[in-house]
Amino acid sequence: MARVFSKKRIIFWASVALSFVLLPLVFDGGFSLSMLSQMGIAIIFVLSYNMLLGQTGLLSFGHAVYFGLGAFVTAHIVNFIDQGSFWFPITFVPIVGGITGLLFALVLGFVTTRRAGTPFAMISLGIAEMVAASALMFTTFFGGEGGIVTNRTAGGVVAGISYGPQIQVFYLIAGWCLISMMGMYAITRTPLGRLANAVRDNPERVKFIGYNPVRVRWLMMTLSGFFAGVAGALATINYEIITAEALGLMASGNVVLMAFIGGINHFWGPIIGAVLVTLLQSALSTYTQAWLLYFGLFFLIIILYSPGGIANILAMHAPVIKARLFKSLASSYLIIFLASVPLIVGTIAVIEILYRGGAILGMSSLVSWSSSLVLIVVGLVVFRFAQRRVKSVWASLDLELRKRGFV
Amino acid sequence: MNQNVSLRLSEVRKSFGSTSIINGVSLDVFEGERHAIIGPNGAGKSTLFNLISGRYGLSAGRIELKGQDITNLDPQNINRSGLSRSFQITNIFPKMSVYENIRCATLWSLGYRYSLFRRISTIRSVRNRADEIIELIGLGDREEKLAGELTYAEQRALEIGITIASGSDVILLDEPTAGMSRAETNAAVELISKVTRQKTLLMVEHDMGVVFDLADRISVLVYGEIIATGSPSEIRSNQLVKDAYLGTQEGVH
Repeated sequence: MARVFSKKRIIFWASVALSFVLLPLVFDGGFSLSMLSQMGIAIIFVLSYNMLLGQTGLLSFGHAVYFGLGAFVTAHIVNFIDQGSFWFPITFVPIVGGITGLLFALVLGFVTTRRAGTPFAMISLGIAEMVAASALMFTTFFGGEGGIVTNRTAGGVVAGISYGPQIQVFYLIAGWCLISMMGMYAITRTPLGRLANAVRDNPERVKFIGYNPVRVRWLMMTLSGFFAGVAGALATINYEIITAEALGLMASGNVVLMAFIGGINHFWGPIIGAVLVTLLQSALSTYTQAWLLYFGLFFLIIILYSPGGIANILAMHAPVIKARLFKSLASSYLIIFLASVPLIVGTIAVIEILYRGGAILGMSSLVSWSSSLVLIVVGLVVFRFAQRRVKSVWASLDLELRKRGFV
Repeated sequence: MNQNVSLRLSEVRKSFGSTSIINGVSLDVFEGERHAIIGPNGAGKSTLFNLISGRYGLSAGRIELKGQDITNLDPQNINRSGLSRSFQITNIFPKMSVYENIRCATLWSLGYRYSLFRRISTIRSVRNRADEIIELIGLGDREEKLAGELTYAEQRALEIGITIASGSDVILLDEPTAGMSRAETNAAVELISKVTRQKTLLMVEHDMGVVFDLADRISVLVYGEIIATGSPSEIRSNQLVKDAYLGTQEGVH
């Protein structure tokens, strides 16, 4: 029997754990801490989503259902603990959320995973809509518009931990994030995980190697529901309130965006997406109310220029750097960077002028309009030039890498 | 030759709507033999394969695999009973590595099913079988490549590798040399005879050279009916075959 964990793997996970411990010490302050907590939750959620999308080829538009139901059940459990109906340590409450997500995914997945492709996407959308509608109808369980309020300190003080201070909640999230990451990574290494890839690539062929693709999808969906539920439970503990929004279509759409921005073809890709999107949402929204527009533009650009997401851009450069050929790209990238400055400034100016709407008429607006348009045009021209350059450099790089055996 | 029947088709029929494609095919394939099905385009050869492997349901008739009734079972259940097939149009897992393609194909037969609590790379039997198959199909230096990036001939070899990886003893190959050059075809024939040693092989093939090189017996399928079954020399001299199938040609060479 080979060892279950190689030495390299242990060192890797230990350094992830260490960085989780150190992060709140580097980024202290209330705002950073709550953002880090939010990132941890988002990471679990998006990785669970990518078990479906990236690994099994199931494009779901209703993944927040499992997140949300896990969160609501957790909220009620925490409230029972608070009322003294029974006692259960808050530290392990995410398991309750996980089991909730798992059970719902088991039941709903039985229906949805019979089909893949577009029918699956549409059924998942239908179920999301249905659950979201029920959330507003069954107000005793979902709390109606106001949602369910909880108290995360319900479990009292255990070993000096009350979960009152945010830092304790952060470490709870970080701990579960680490466990979930390891768990989901491990799943990709099992026979089931590999078969999920086979089902993604070619479900028809899977039948002829002895497997039922529907069963593979269903199992992956169920497991994915577990981790989504864990994320939902952590959200309940973190925010101490959960509303029907958490299982709505917006939330389901958000996780799709995170996964695509990060890159669905790599295990780590969605994590990049979760971190970036959380950052954009919290940081941008404090600067401008038009942040959703910027977010949309950002998503559009990523999908247009790198359908494989940010992870793909990074992965593309790994062999280049290994072959010590990055120098040849550097100058073109510098030009792209320089071109994007006026482009971005001009675009922001136009959006903000339009959004604030106040200065549409008058001389000053004429100046700001024309100057921002000039910036955009200049940026675009330089950008096109640099883009062509990058393309030709890549073409020759590709040949070179192939010749040297790096690809 | 051992006369145990591996695969028995009795009065198999298939129609799509009002169009009848297979009109009562009965065929015994013996254990250990290499049996080829030939016939003009549209004769129903691929449909027959799809019926045997469970891709389509039968309209009537019965199929037995090693004495066990497999009529209208799901493809995965037929595969688990020990029948494995390849496809005329390459049917692999394009975004997985060659090694992963083969490894997945070995799993069920080695008893790992939907296993979630084993690390795949630590299962010795799976590793050994995968290494052995990859060696056999000659893709040893390609195993880390994505299957979708292989050349056509390599993909055809991988297709055969996936088919035999489960260790099934009845193998169905659907035009394994389709679209290959002469040299590639020769290599494929060698590969097929190597990998089907001590197995029962049923193949559809257009290339007569391949058929007469490989087959112990040949069945001729015309308009959904088998008009003759026999050894290559019997088929060569069969008047019915000459008339019906080779009418416009000089003869089988």
